[in-house]
Amino acid sequence: MDLSYSEEELAFRDEVRTFLEEKLPKDMSDKIRRGEHIGKEGHELWHSILNEKGWLSYGWPKEFGGAEWNAVQRHIFEDECAAAYAPRIVPFGLSMLAPVLQKFGSKEQQDHYLPRILDGTDWWCQGYSEPGAGSDLASLKTRAVRDGDHYVVNGQKSWTTLGQYADWIFCLVRTDPEAKQQEGISFLLIDMNTPGIEVRPIVLLDGTPEVNEVFFDNVRVPVENLVGEENKGWTYAKYLLTHERTGIAGVGFSRAGLDAVKRVARQESANGRPLIENPHFAARMAQVEIDLMAMSTTNLRIISQAAAGQAPGVESSMLKVKGTIIRQEINDLARRAVGPYAMPFASEAVEGDNDPIGPDYAGPVAAQYFNNRKLSIFGGSNEIQRGIIAKVKMGG
Amino acid sequence: MDFNLTEERQMLQDTLRRFLSERYTTTERNAIIDSDTGLSAEIWGELAELGVIGALFTEDQGGFGGAGYDISTVFEELGRAGVVEPFLDTVILGGGLIAALGNDTQHSLVEEVIGGGLHLALAHGEPASRYDLSRVETTAKVDGDDIVLEGRKAVVINAEAAGYLIVSARESGGPFSLDGISLFLVPADASGLTMQGYPMMSGGRAAEVTLDNVRVPASARLGAEGAGFQALTDVVARANVALAAEAMGAMESATELTREYLMTRKQFGRPIGTFQALAHRFSDLLIELEQARSAVTNAAGHLDSDDRDRQIAAARNLIARTGRLVAEEAIQMHGGIAMTQEYELAHIAKRIVMTDHRFGDADYHLERFIGLSAA
Ligand SMILES: Cc1cc2nc3c(=O)[nH]c(=O)nc-3n(C[C@H](O)[C@H](O)[C@H](O)COP(=O)(O)OP(=O)(O)OC[C@H]3O[C@@H](n4cnc5c(N)ncnc54)[C@H](O)[C@@H]3O)c2cc1C
Ligand SMILES: Cc1cc2nc3c(=O)[nH]c(=O)nc-3n(C[C@H](O)[C@H](O)[C@H](O)COP(=O)(O)OP(=O)(O)OC[C@H]3O[C@@H](n4cnc5c(N)ncnc54)[C@H](O)[C@@H]3O)c2cc1C
Repeated sequence: MDLSYSEEELAFRDEVRTFLEEKLPKDMSDKIRRGEHIGKEGHELWHSILNEKGWLSYGWPKEFGGAEWNAVQRHIFEDECAAAYAPRIVPFGLSMLAPVLQKFGSKEQQDHYLPRILDGTDWWCQGYSEPGAGSDLASLKTRAVRDGDHYVVNGQKSWTTLGQYADWIFCLVRTDPEAKQQEGISFLLIDMNTPGIEVRPIVLLDGTPEVNEVFFDNVRVPVENLVGEENKGWTYAKYLLTHERTGIAGVGFSRAGLDAVKRVARQESANGRPLIENPHFAARMAQVEIDLMAMSTTNLRIISQAAAGQAPGVESSMLKVKGTIIRQEINDLARRAVGPYAMPFASEAVEGDNDPIGPDYAGPVAAQYFNNRKLSIFGGSNEIQRGIIAKVKMGG
Repeated sequence: MDFNLTEERQMLQDTLRRFLSERYTTTERNAIIDSDTGLSAEIWGELAELGVIGALFTEDQGGFGGAGYDISTVFEELGRAGVVEPFLDTVILGGGLIAALGNDTQHSLVEEVIGGGLHLALAHGEPASRYDLSRVETTAKVDGDDIVLEGRKAVVINAEAAGYLIVSARESGGPFSLDGISLFLVPADASGLTMQGYPMMSGGRAAEVTLDNVRVPASARLGAEGAGFQALTDVVARANVALAAEAMGAMESATELTREYLMTRKQFGRPIGTFQALAHRFSDLLIELEQARSAVTNAAGHLDSDDRDRQIAAARNLIARTGRLVAEEAIQMHGGIAMTQEYELAHIAKRIVMTDHRFGDADYHLERFIGLSAA
């Protein structure tokens, strides 16, 4: 048993740190630290900086131009990025679609789409959920009917994150309505500029236009945009979901979030003393930190198993549940730390246009608290994760 | 022992509930939130006409209620409908202070408030004061016949709509002393008074208020010189009953919306409420809601008792804890739909949670409760 990183891992960490110190734009990390959004251009800029270094594809195999880091390296990188308040890497193309294409896509699809993901030509969004198909994803209804060398797609996707920026959407569509639910689904790549597609924004409760509804009205999609075999889409989607779950614990985000709370608690005062000395608030912070320390080690235990070639099973469900609980608790602390200055609705501040009201760290905290309720809902809700754990462990 | 509302209060509740359910729809309310003023003058007038404002003042003050249970009855309904209009600010805080302290001339403003023709705002909190009622650094200095006010007031709710701001300022003592705080009725258009207005997370508007050499006549003083702290404490006690009742009303709505959704939303071919993982948590919400209702009953019933502050601290602490639970669980059990701005629950959940940030969160009231229980 040895809790510390090896020499090589430490050297790798230093390399990542140096890179972040040199290349992560200061105005960008300031915004992330304050909880502001950086917009499409911001995300594209950060992707291009990473790509230049060859690190954008850090999870990809070498044969596709990836860095092919192992699980420990990936973890170190993600941890350091979060600690430096680097923007989150937009996952849809890089870590959701790419692994599917690499495993199930045709050579033509790999050659065409993968480079465009890296160089930022294509922004992808994820078209899985529908109004009637959330947790029960396999009940999805969006229909694709073969018509010559096209599929004609009709239906509706919902909750597509950042679909307003997207050039392409990868969709689960029903190609065989007669088959058993899971067996009639296909995986289709659709150009967002195809006639018949309409994107309507959904404003979330914190005021951000983060997700969308995407409507398909007789949208013609060339058959070569089918990934793998027809009616095998569910298999690919499940494969993708295992990728969606790496880094799921969000340890780095939690640690950065907790650091931010501590900083605020040093600046805020309650009864004339720094808030950080208030016994109730200090106890709350300590409790979360204790949970986080343990979860961080759970995370590393699972990562080192993964690095040794053992695929994580229910452990990723466990990390998702505990990780989101901890992150949401930190959001609650952040909101409470700022007192009455949580009340101003700072949508403008989130977008970075207006002068902040009150201390600059106060602007986005209430919005973040509400926005991050999503963490326990999407990517398989915490109830679904608990169901998976119970089912696996009790063989139900 | 009698836990029923009096006939008058029952009527008030029925009338208000009917009016709000017909008039204050989600669409209407969301339009109000998006409007420049953040409130509906029309609905305010209609509610005044229904007697909702009068119910919050005693007969001596020109109303026909004013007791703890009047406050809790009205605010439970306002909370249930997610009303964003500033009843707390104009009526309980502003009107309450003038009714308690005003001389005859000043008292005429209470009539205007009851009639629905005047808005007020309490400009008390400052950038560094957090929830501490005694921390006042804004100063008031006598200069001839005038008084000159200097300072900054933070998150002054309803400042832009108000005809007058009730400004607290220090005439003596250090930043935390209980003595030396005076209250002044300052016209919103007074020269030297500037506002930076903004919308709030859970609806309505507030402003950062700067007082730069604001001159008012000595007659603008509300109550005795330096004796404002006690009056503030009393009026904030009433505000805390109102806030607790409002949050409890909103919790009722959140629970009811969840009940309906659990019974109608289907996944895996069945209503999601049939999954025990959700059904039990729904039951927990109902259990906590009854706790919240009793906490409000305790606080409202002790508004005029010696145990007032301890009861109120208990209620606000309990409501803060159960409110957060109800808001978060209601969202979670709805799934994505509850994350959307236009869905009723989103607003209701924000009303509940943001209550924490007015006059103290769970920790603040816990500390007060401990302190008052030890005394
Ligand atoms: C901000 C946000 C961004 C999103 N981005 C995307 C995206 O980019 N692409 C995409 O495809 N989707 C996206 N989603 C959709 C997300 O995956 C779904 O919201 C999620 O799968 C839950 O589905 P639902 O919202 O329909 O809730 P439902 O499935 O209706 O669930 C409602 C409640 O019932 C519970 N429940 C359901 N079934 C069971 C059960 N068997 N046992 C116990 N409890 C159960 C759930 O846990 C939840 O509490 C996003 C969602 C949000 C909120
Ligand atoms: C100290 C003590 C004194 C008692 N005194 C008396 C007495 O005076 N007279 C008498 O008749 N009995 C008495 N009992 C028995 C008592 O009523 C039973 O223990 C009780 O009904 C639970 O039954 P069980 O122990 O068989 O547990 P089980 O019924 O087997 O339950 C085991 C667990 O499963 C849970 N569970 C069961 N069904 C469900 C469900 N549908 N959904 C979710 N969870 C479920 C239970 O909550 C429990 O956690 C006593 C028990 C104790 C411990």
